Amino acid sequence: MDVTLSVQRHNPDANPATWWQDYTVTVPDHATVLDALLAVRDEQDESLTVRCSCRSHICGSCVMRIDGRSALGCKTKVAEALRRGGAEGRVRVQPAGNMAVLKDLAVDLEGFFGKVRAVQPWLQPVGPEPEREYLVPNEAMLRVRDAMACILCGACVSACNSLEVDDRFLGPAALAKAWRFTEDPRDGHDRDRLEFLSSVPGGIWDCTHCFACVEVCPKDVKPMERIIELRRRAMDAGFTDNNGARHSQAFRDTIAHSGWLDETKVAVRSVRGPDELLDWVGVGARSFLRGKVPLRHKAIPGALRVTAIVSAAERTAAGSARGGAAAGAAPHGAPGHGPGSGGGSGA
Amino acid sequence: MDVAYYPGCVAKGGAPELYRSVKLILEPLGIRPTELFDAACTGAGVLTERNPLLADALNGRTFAMAERKGMPIMTICSTCTGTMLACNARLQDGGYRARVNELLAPEKYEYQGGTAIKHLLWMLVEDVGLERVGGLVRRPLEGLRVAPFYGCYLVRPSALVDEGRPDRERYLERLIETLGGQAVEYEGARKCCGFPVITMNRTNGLKMTGRNIADAKEHGADIMVTPCPLCHLNLDGQQEEAARALGVPLGVPILHLPQLIGLAFGFTPSQLGMSHHLVRPGAVLARYAQAV
Repeated sequence: MDVTLSVQRHNPDANPATWWQDYTVTVPDHATVLDALLAVRDEQDESLTVRCSCRSHICGSCVMRIDGRSALGCKTKVAEALRRGGAEGRVRVQPAGNMAVLKDLAVDLEGFFGKVRAVQPWLQPVGPEPEREYLVPNEAMLRVRDAMACILCGACVSACNSLEVDDRFLGPAALAKAWRFTEDPRDGHDRDRLEFLSSVPGGIWDCTHCFACVEVCPKDVKPMERIIELRRRAMDAGFTDNNGARHSQAFRDTIAHSGWLDETKVAVRSVRGPDELLDWVGVGARSFLRGKVPLRHKAIPGALRVTAIVSAAERTAAGSARGGAAAGAAPHGAPGHGPGSGGGSGA
Repeated sequence: MDVAYYPGCVAKGGAPELYRSVKLILEPLGIRPTELFDAACTGAGVLTERNPLLADALNGRTFAMAERKGMPIMTICSTCTGTMLACNARLQDGGYRARVNELLAPEKYEYQGGTAIKHLLWMLVEDVGLERVGGLVRRPLEGLRVAPFYGCYLVRPSALVDEGRPDRERYLERLIETLGGQAVEYEGARKCCGFPVITMNRTNGLKMTGRNIADAKEHGADIMVTPCPLCHLNLDGQQEEAARALGVPLGVPILHLPQLIGLAFGFTPSQLGMSHHLVRPGAVLARYAQAV
C-alpha cells in the first residue's frame, strides 16, 4: 500500500518557522502510522525526528496528532487513518499539541511531568504501618485500576481545550493521576489533596468539560470523568469557596425551586462577589436590551414534584456516602459513572 | 413524524429566537412536536457532576413522559442531547433503573428504558432526509460561507453519541451544503466554546470563544451556525468580550441551526428572531439577499 504522509516539521534551533513535507512510502497493509514514519526515516530522510520505543502502545512515547486527532502513532493503522481522513491517500501528521516542539514530532515533556509531580503521585498513608502488606477490598482497587492504566503518553494533554488557552491548567493526565490517589484506600491524605486540587490555580474547576481527553485516551482512562469525581468529592468534603462549587449549588437550587434553569440567577450566584459581577455588567445590559433576559421565571407545572425528587435523591446519596465505596452510585462502566464515595483512610 | 419535543432551558430563557425559529421550520419538515412542558432541566452535566442519581432521576422522569407517549425525544441543544444520552446509557442497567423509578413512583412514572433521544440535526439527516430538506429550500444560501460549530456534547464521547453512525460528526457540513451554502473547514468546529468555565474562569472561557471565532473567520466564514444554544450564549452573547480578551476584531454573526434552515426556507431574519442577536447578522445577510 502506498501512503503519502504530510508531516509538519519544525527545527526551532535552526528556524522559527514550521513547514510541511510530503513523503510517499510503500508499507504493508497492516502498518501503523509509526511504522510508516520509521520507513520514511530509514529509507528517505534521516533528519526526520520521531520519538518511539516499544511500538506496542505500552511505553507511550509516540503521541502525535494524526489528521488533527491526538493518538499514539503505534496504535493507529495507516489504513484506518486513510479511511477517516478523507483526503486522497494522504495522512497528515503533526507533533502533539499544547507542548513545545523540540524537533519535528518530538515535544518537550518537562511541563507535562512537572504537573504530574505537582499532584504528588505517590501513596501517603497515615497511621502505623501494618505488619505485613496493606489489605484492601478488591472492588476499591478495581475502580482505581482503570486509572492506573494511564501510560503518561500525553494524548489527553495534547487534545485538551483548556490547555490551549491556559498553560497553568494541571491538565487531564495529572488530574486523573490525582484521582487515583484520592481513591486509593491506602492513602490517608484525601482531604489535603482535594483542598489543593480545588484551590490551586489551574485546578479541577478549570476543566471545560469538552470530553476531548476521554475521546483520545488510548487506555480508556476517561480523565474528564475522574475530574468530575474529584469535583464532587471536593464539594462533599466542604471545599466550596470557589466559583465552581457556587455554580453547582446555584444550578441545583434553581432546579429544585422551579424545575428548570433561571439563567440570570445562576450567573449572579456563580461569581465570588460584586467585584466579579462587574465583569458581567456589559454583557448583561446588552442581553437585556436585546430581549434575552426574561423578566419573569415561571416554574414548570410539576415543580413541586421535582423539589421532592431533589430531596429524595440527596437523602439517598448522603446515605450511600456513609455506606461505603460507591454504594448507591450509578452503575459502573457506563459513561459518566457514579460518585466516588469510597476511599477511607489507609490500612 | 411525531416527537416529544424537549426545547431545554436556554431556548425558553436567554435564546427566545431559537424557540421561535424551531416552531417555524418543523411544519414544512413534517415533524409534529408535542412539547414536554412539564419536563425538568437535564442538569447539563452539572447536576450529574454533583449527584448522578438526581440527574438520572430528573432525566428518567422526562424519558418516562416520552415513553408513555410512544415518541422519541427531540432536542435542540447539544448539551441537553449529550447529557440525556449519558443518563439513558446508565438507565439501561435494570437494577439501577429500578432505584431511579422508586424516586419517580410518587408521580406514577416508571421508565422502561426504551426512549430514543435525537437532536433535531440528527433527525434532519436520519429521519426527514436531506433530500426532503433540500426540496424545501426557497432561497439557497448561495455564496454564503458558513462555519459549523457543533458543541462538544454532540460529538464526544463518540462511543456514546455516534450510536453506530460515525458520520454524525459531519452532519452540519452536509446540511449547510444541502441548503446551498458553503461549509467552512476549520479546526475549531468541534472544539469547546468556553461556556462551561465562563463563570469559573472567565478569561479562559472568553479566549476559547474568541479563538474559535477567529479561526472560522480566518478560514473565510461569513457566519457561523451552531446546534447548541449554550455555545450561542458565548459565541454571540460574549463575542465582544472575547474579542477584547484576545485583542483581535471578530464581528462574526452566529446563527442557531433552525435559523439557518429557516433562512433557506424563505423566512425573514425578523421572523427568525435575529433582532435578539448581539452580533447583528444584518450586513452579512443583506449581502447574501442581494446575491440571491
